[in-house]
Amino acid sequence: MTVTAAFFYLFATITIASGFMVIASRNPVQSVLFLILAFVNAAGLFLLMGAEFLAMILVIVYVGAVAVLFLFVVMMLDVDFAALRQGFLQYLPIGGLIGLILLLELILVVGTYTIDPGLVRSPAVPIPSADVMTNTEALGQVLYTRYFYFFQAAGLILLVAMIGAIVLTLRERVGVRRQDISKQNARTQETAVEMRKVPFRQGI
Amino acid sequence: MEFGDILLAVAIMLGKSLLMLVALLIFIAYALYADRKVWAAVQLRRGPNVVGPWGLLQSFADLLKFVLKEPIIPAPANKGMFLLAPLLMCTLSLAAWAVIPLNAGWAIADINVGILYIFAISSLGVYGVIMGGWASNSKYPFLGALRSAAQMVSYEVSIGFVIVTVLMCAGTLNLSAIVESQNTRLGILGWYWLPLFPMFVVFFISAMAETNRPPFDLPEAESELVAGYMVEYSSTPYLLFMLGEYVAIMTMCALGTILFLGGWLSPIPFAPFTWVPGVIWFVLKASFLFILIAMVKALVPRYRYDQLMRLGWKVFLPLSLAMVVIVAAVLMVTGNAPGVR
Repeated sequence: MTVTAAFFYLFATITIASGFMVIASRNPVQSVLFLILAFVNAAGLFLLMGAEFLAMILVIVYVGAVAVLFLFVVMMLDVDFAALRQGFLQYLPIGGLIGLILLLELILVVGTYTIDPGLVRSPAVPIPSADVMTNTEALGQVLYTRYFYFFQAAGLILLVAMIGAIVLTLRERVGVRRQDISKQNARTQETAVEMRKVPFRQGI
Repeated sequence: MEFGDILLAVAIMLGKSLLMLVALLIFIAYALYADRKVWAAVQLRRGPNVVGPWGLLQSFADLLKFVLKEPIIPAPANKGMFLLAPLLMCTLSLAAWAVIPLNAGWAIADINVGILYIFAISSLGVYGVIMGGWASNSKYPFLGALRSAAQMVSYEVSIGFVIVTVLMCAGTLNLSAIVESQNTRLGILGWYWLPLFPMFVVFFISAMAETNRPPFDLPEAESELVAGYMVEYSSTPYLLFMLGEYVAIMTMCALGTILFLGGWLSPIPFAPFTWVPGVIWFVLKASFLFILIAMVKALVPRYRYDQLMRLGWKVFLPLSLAMVVIVAAVLMVTGNAPGVR
């Protein structure tokens, strides 16, 4: 299909270009916005492969929630561009080395990648065709049956991370007058109002 | 596929989109008018009554005024992003209408994950606000943008759970199929608003918070932030922001209609009422929700920021999470869960 191919090249080009701009742009806010563009285009690539559920979840979770928090934090930073540039040459050798190692590893992995022929012939879970089952349903069928424990473990890890973050940042400040709605609702005329008889020309 | 076929398909798609766009914008123009009239009626005023008969052309006069005025871009603003933000907001909120079925088979794109698409698109709306607030390079817009980001992310969570409960009852992510699943002989009593009434209330309130409608309009609270993230905007960019906001509100009304009020189905499921075209029922139901939202704007004072956060995280989140568990349990016990083999 020529149209699909055209869209693939469009999405892929924009994904890679915006991925490059994430590290190349000078302003961190622009970096995050390019990251969002990369996410959206990756979702487009998922759509082309027929993985519509993954595409939508990518947009909802990464673009709609994670990147908003990124942007939130980055916008509040007071960024000094000169200071950012300063360490560039100093860190170039070690950064370049790490990048080179990663690149070599990727080439090794991708270059020797083959699908186990046994796996192709008899997959553990048969893959239903698209017209029998929507891919949301198909994902649910394996996620909540065969991979249930992995799914739960992933959830547990996220829960632990969340509790950890809350524990690290929670601080109890004294002397803050907070609104306690149940306390307000529990007030009656007896507890809230005091009647005094005021003597003439004396006050309370 | 032949090149000619592709061209024809594209032309048909463009025609449909254009038709939807024009109909939607005209409807929005009168929704705006209705909003102001309701507001005025509650305060015993007359509302817009000068332009055209009964002020019916007021929205179009406003449109002309916005377009003809001079757009002012502040000198310290980030120009590209400053102009991109309202465009993004308007385009994204219009994009959600691509999947909304106004009648059986009337959606421009009847996709399998329609509800997720709307949820994704409406969660992107926050970028218009954040970018606008940041690019203005000024204090009030920035504060408005920060408030808005926190608020929209908070209420998205409870909207997500509300959608999950409806999906469990319907057993599908396709918007047309969700409407069809409410098509019982009970008519209005068979729609999801009745069995899921607490969720309907949570959805209604969260929809207002998600679209920055009063009483949750803290991002643009005029008594503290002048106009929030829109302070520096004028003329057409401002128009786009406002249009985007109203389109997002209409999207939420349409979504509420589809999820809880049976979409295009007739409330009374026998002869003279089922002859009425479905699109009329749909528009009536969406308008009903919009009038309710307009009434809330007129009647309820603005929330304080900590109260807003408390409502979202301490009331709606536990409530909707509990309802997900309860609805799932009820469906399993009664054996009504769709799609469970």
